[in-house]
Amino acid sequence: MSATFTKAMARNIFYGGTVFFILLFLALTFHTVRQIPQRIPSETPSPAVARGKALWETRNCIGCHTLLGEGAYFAPELGNVYKRRGAEFIKIWIKVQPTQVPGRRQMPQFHFTDQQLDDLVEFLKWTSEINTENWPPNIQG
Amino acid sequence: MTQLPYKSQAVAKPYFMAAIALFVGQILFGLILGLQYVIGDFLFPAIPFNVARMVHTNLLIVWLLFGFMGAAYYLVPEETETELHSPLLAHVLFWVFLIAGVLTVVGYLAVPYATLAQMTGNDLLETMGREFLEQPLPTKVGIVVVALAFLYNIGMTILKGRKTAITMILLIGLIGLAVLFLFAFYNPSNLVKDKYFWWWVVHLWVEGVWELIMAAILGFVLLKVTGVDREVIEKWLYVIVTLALVTGIIGTGHHYYWIGAPAYWQWWGGIFSALEPLPFFAMTVFCFNMVNRRRRQHPNKAATLWALGTGVMAFLGAGVWGFLHTLAPINYYTHGSQITAAHGHLAFYGAYVMVVLTIISYAMPMLRGREVNPERAQVLEMWSFWLMTVSMVFITLFLTAAGILQVWLQRIIPNPQPFIEVQNQLVLFYWLRWLSGVVFLIGLVVYIYSFFAKDKPQTVEAGEVQPAMT
Repeated sequence: MSATFTKAMARNIFYGGTVFFILLFLALTFHTVRQIPQRIPSETPSPAVARGKALWETRNCIGCHTLLGEGAYFAPELGNVYKRRGAEFIKIWIKVQPTQVPGRRQMPQFHFTDQQLDDLVEFLKWTSEINTENWPPNIQG
Repeated sequence: MTQLPYKSQAVAKPYFMAAIALFVGQILFGLILGLQYVIGDFLFPAIPFNVARMVHTNLLIVWLLFGFMGAAYYLVPEETETELHSPLLAHVLFWVFLIAGVLTVVGYLAVPYATLAQMTGNDLLETMGREFLEQPLPTKVGIVVVALAFLYNIGMTILKGRKTAITMILLIGLIGLAVLFLFAFYNPSNLVKDKYFWWWVVHLWVEGVWELIMAAILGFVLLKVTGVDREVIEKWLYVIVTLALVTGIIGTGHHYYWIGAPAYWQWWGGIFSALEPLPFFAMTVFCFNMVNRRRRQHPNKAATLWALGTGVMAFLGAGVWGFLHTLAPINYYTHGSQITAAHGHLAFYGAYVMVVLTIISYAMPMLRGREVNPERAQVLEMWSFWLMTVSMVFITLFLTAAGILQVWLQRIIPNPQPFIEVQNQLVLFYWLRWLSGVVFLIGLVVYIYSFFAKDKPQTVEAGEVQPAMT
């Protein structure tokens, strides 16, 4: 780099540029957070949805599945599973795990109560109704 | 015995040793995961996939943090030209962090995750069960405490000593790391907001402040092994970190395309993250430029190789493989597929694993009382460099191939197939990935062996005349 471009100039551009883009990011974030309520099914998720989310988290579902494309890639996408399979299928599927089919990927048995299964389905239903700009491209996730 | 420039630099040694030990654990669990991709019920139910993955990714994060802290303890006294504020605190924090890390992994393996959540007070503040942030609450609090005490120690040292661009950039990176981790404690029941701010830890770490830490470490090692003028190196560093933050902060938007955030992120995220390869490209040019202009031939050839390798592989993994799927119209099809996994592997290895191995390669000989390792040890270390790097490239290529096929079968063809049917067609690539992983482990074994390798005793050939000692 040429001698006319000094270290002090480079340093000032670093500090100035960083501060500018942090502020821009905060402004965009502020706007986004205000937009989110119009993009989700209910502004405050119901207690059932919140309980379902806690079950989703404490069973570490994200360790195998993706949710809206984020997570592990070992098991199917579940952001749209409510639309793909429906409530009853989801509940039965969870109840009969693990399949014990030799060589097949296995899902643990979580011993959920009926109430817990309902909560989990509510959470997946809520998630499937988020405005995701039409992602995933098709029902297979 | 070669003396360390500053006695307190010695505290870095246990940090580097712990980093390497946990690295081995990470790779072993990686191999378990790779096998589970082809033999679905391997080790089930003893170690389900999600548990092995948690161990694999959490060990990676913890050992890289050990590496960063060791790097800071090593380079800050030398840069500031003063002893570390408190070597005792550094020793105490080492044990706190190691015990917390090991207990967490034992917790993952020993009890079901839901039980672990219950035992550790997840009900008080629900933070668990989100990717990479799976740690129980006490561990998260422990990370914050260790980070703050570590920053205090490093900050006080910098405050009383010489201030260089390298230490300032390192310090800003480390402060950013600690501050952004606080978002790990924010977990609203609104999934969209949860995801939006989850990325403030994950993206703003690896595509933000970690790049500052990486640039500072790389700058320090290059300064030492090339002898190039500090002014030149530090000017480069400012350019690199400017590019990193100017592109990386708004570049967070490439994670906001499909999680419920407004559509404008497809533009903001697309444009800025398309520029994210720039800081990595600048690092590549920087590394080669400095080595070409070197004013001394440093005898630690292995460290120079790691530094150059970091420059190249970070650009390929983080830059090129990131760019491949960062634009919204492409990401619409590739999001959450094996393409993401391919990028994740090469980016973490090329940028952060390699930069930590670079500083270890440079500093460890001196921490062990010699300027450089014996010739044979260096040759072995360079073998391990090639074995690990080439096998990681192959892991990436096989995952990319699997990803392309997956996207095609599941998301593009007229009658898209279900997830698991698609996975069954990718088995060949998963086997090849696993075999590459085995080669990576061999490389890691060679790497560790190189620490114990000595030169063969010199024998005098018959008829050879020994020059007289002067």
